[in-house]
Amino acid sequence: MATTAKKTQAAIKMVGPETQVRANHSGLEFSKETEAKIKRILKRYPEEQSQSALIPVLKLAQDEFGGWLSTSAMQLTAERLNLPYIRVYEVATFYTMFNLDPVGKYHVQVCTNCSCMIRGSDAIVEAVKEYTGLKGQHEISDDSLFTLTEVECLGACVEAPMMQINNHYYTKLDKEQTLQILDNLKKGNEVVDATPTKPMKDSY
Amino acid sequence: MTTPKLSIDDKVFKNLDGSGDWGIKGYEKRGGYKGLKKLLKTDPSVHIDQLKGSALRGRGGAGFPTGLKWSFMPKPDGIKPNYLVCNADEGEPGTCKDRDILRYDPHTLVEGMIVGCHCLGAKVGYIYVRGEYYDESSRLNQAIEEARKAGYLGKDIQGTGVDVEIYVHLGAGAYICGEETALLESLEGKKGQPRVKPPFPAGYGLYGCPTTINNVETIAQVPPILKKGNDWWCQFGRENNHGTKIFSVSGAVNLPGNFEAPMSISLKELIDEYAGGVIGGWDNLQAVIPGGSSTPMLSAANCNTAVMDFDGLRDLGTGLGTAAVIVMNKDTDLLRVMARISHFYKHESCGQCTPCREGVGWVSRLMDRLIAGEGTLEELDQMYDVTKKIEGKTICAFADGAMWPVQGTLKHFRHLFEERIKENMKANG
Repeated sequence: MATTAKKTQAAIKMVGPETQVRANHSGLEFSKETEAKIKRILKRYPEEQSQSALIPVLKLAQDEFGGWLSTSAMQLTAERLNLPYIRVYEVATFYTMFNLDPVGKYHVQVCTNCSCMIRGSDAIVEAVKEYTGLKGQHEISDDSLFTLTEVECLGACVEAPMMQINNHYYTKLDKEQTLQILDNLKKGNEVVDATPTKPMKDSY
Repeated sequence: MTTPKLSIDDKVFKNLDGSGDWGIKGYEKRGGYKGLKKLLKTDPSVHIDQLKGSALRGRGGAGFPTGLKWSFMPKPDGIKPNYLVCNADEGEPGTCKDRDILRYDPHTLVEGMIVGCHCLGAKVGYIYVRGEYYDESSRLNQAIEEARKAGYLGKDIQGTGVDVEIYVHLGAGAYICGEETALLESLEGKKGQPRVKPPFPAGYGLYGCPTTINNVETIAQVPPILKKGNDWWCQFGRENNHGTKIFSVSGAVNLPGNFEAPMSISLKELIDEYAGGVIGGWDNLQAVIPGGSSTPMLSAANCNTAVMDFDGLRDLGTGLGTAAVIVMNKDTDLLRVMARISHFYKHESCGQCTPCREGVGWVSRLMDRLIAGEGTLEELDQMYDVTKKIEGKTICAFADGAMWPVQGTLKHFRHLFEERIKENMKANG
């Protein structure tokens, strides 16, 4: 661990004092479970190419710390992978799946691209707004449960219209089904699911 | 003329509809992994020559001959490793074939990666899966684990002396990472911005090592071609476009779905015989996007005669792309669809080249004005002019793919834009 810390310090010096201050104060820690996953991820790449693990590890950080990436979560990722903070920040800001602001417990992402639009994604967006009381995108509902985002094509076009909630796809939707899925999530019931792709094992 | 449907034996993806067992037992029952040992014992140069003869063309959109691409790879020099990278960053609107391969028939890809790595002298292969395919990548990971346990992966596979390891890498939501050099950047843990070519990935790819990147479908099709031979493969489709192909038919059809069919099938047959026909009947057809959002639309008149292969669609001024057929009937607001596609490209531009970063957004804003009724007739010409100034002026083909559909829509459906503008001028006095 001592050498790791030294390397981090060296890396931090390259990007200036402001970052250094922040990097020393991430104040967060990965859980044991996540740490085991990180170790598994790192094994996939050549030893000197650990930066390759950045995107998967950022996703783990996002999942662990409330569904979004705070500065601290990005700091922690930088420390863990011996990367300068700016490398982590530029990747976090580039990719759509990284949320840089807090989101609700359920991040409802409705695809409104062409195939979904043709098959009625407008009604799905309206249904989500109706159920959650959200007026626009990127807001958090009053009960802190939901955030709505209209997203680009999620690659399930033949099962349109569809939405993704956290890691899972819900496809072949109509208004009633959408309302029911949200209601089940809110009440903690099992969700009726048209998609037969159940995760069999954690992907990481 | 009708094209006979593929028999189950002739299909590469026998479980594409998800009705059977996706796991290794089901795959072996369907003939999978049979003859793998023989393929691994054969010299790679024999395989690559056969692939050249099969005229297999890349299924990811560009249609580059796979055998030729693979022949560019140098022999491993013992210093730098060779890599095979599979592009499963499927994100072109309309395209969803790789998703069904990953979740319903993942072992076709695993076997393809094993054979591909052998052909290219790679000991390690990466499969870059788009981050949103979380459940699908879980399936794939399980399939890889099953293959390892069965002795199809790892060191000295079935006593042939071939070592192959495969790893799944999840992205995080960026369409541009489907561009092969952007994908490599992303796999290296950076922003997914395309590299300037040359050097090409075969010389300087992942971590600066020789690398070949292929689409999921392409890689999965390699073992059946090598096992069954070119005569089998070339009986499907026309000269230079041979083989079987997955067509993703979505939009205004009665039974949307992914269908594996012979190449060079007619568009009408594909829609009528496979996808249950256009909603409201063939006469209710307005337009079709034949190969994903980057390919220009076909007018209804062209749809009557369109042949679904690389050359057939090129002759109609569009392309096969990923064979993602998006059907629009007369109830569809075609201009809104086009504006939505432009918005997509504005959102997904990586921002590296100025013509794309600024221009694609400009076109999207013009498009939004036009459908909102704020546009003028002069702006139609201006929009066309802007598309021409972006096309061909950037590092990668993203901007071209963003501009061609706009040009195509202006060519075939200019009257719709004009009608909309005139209606609004009338309404606003």
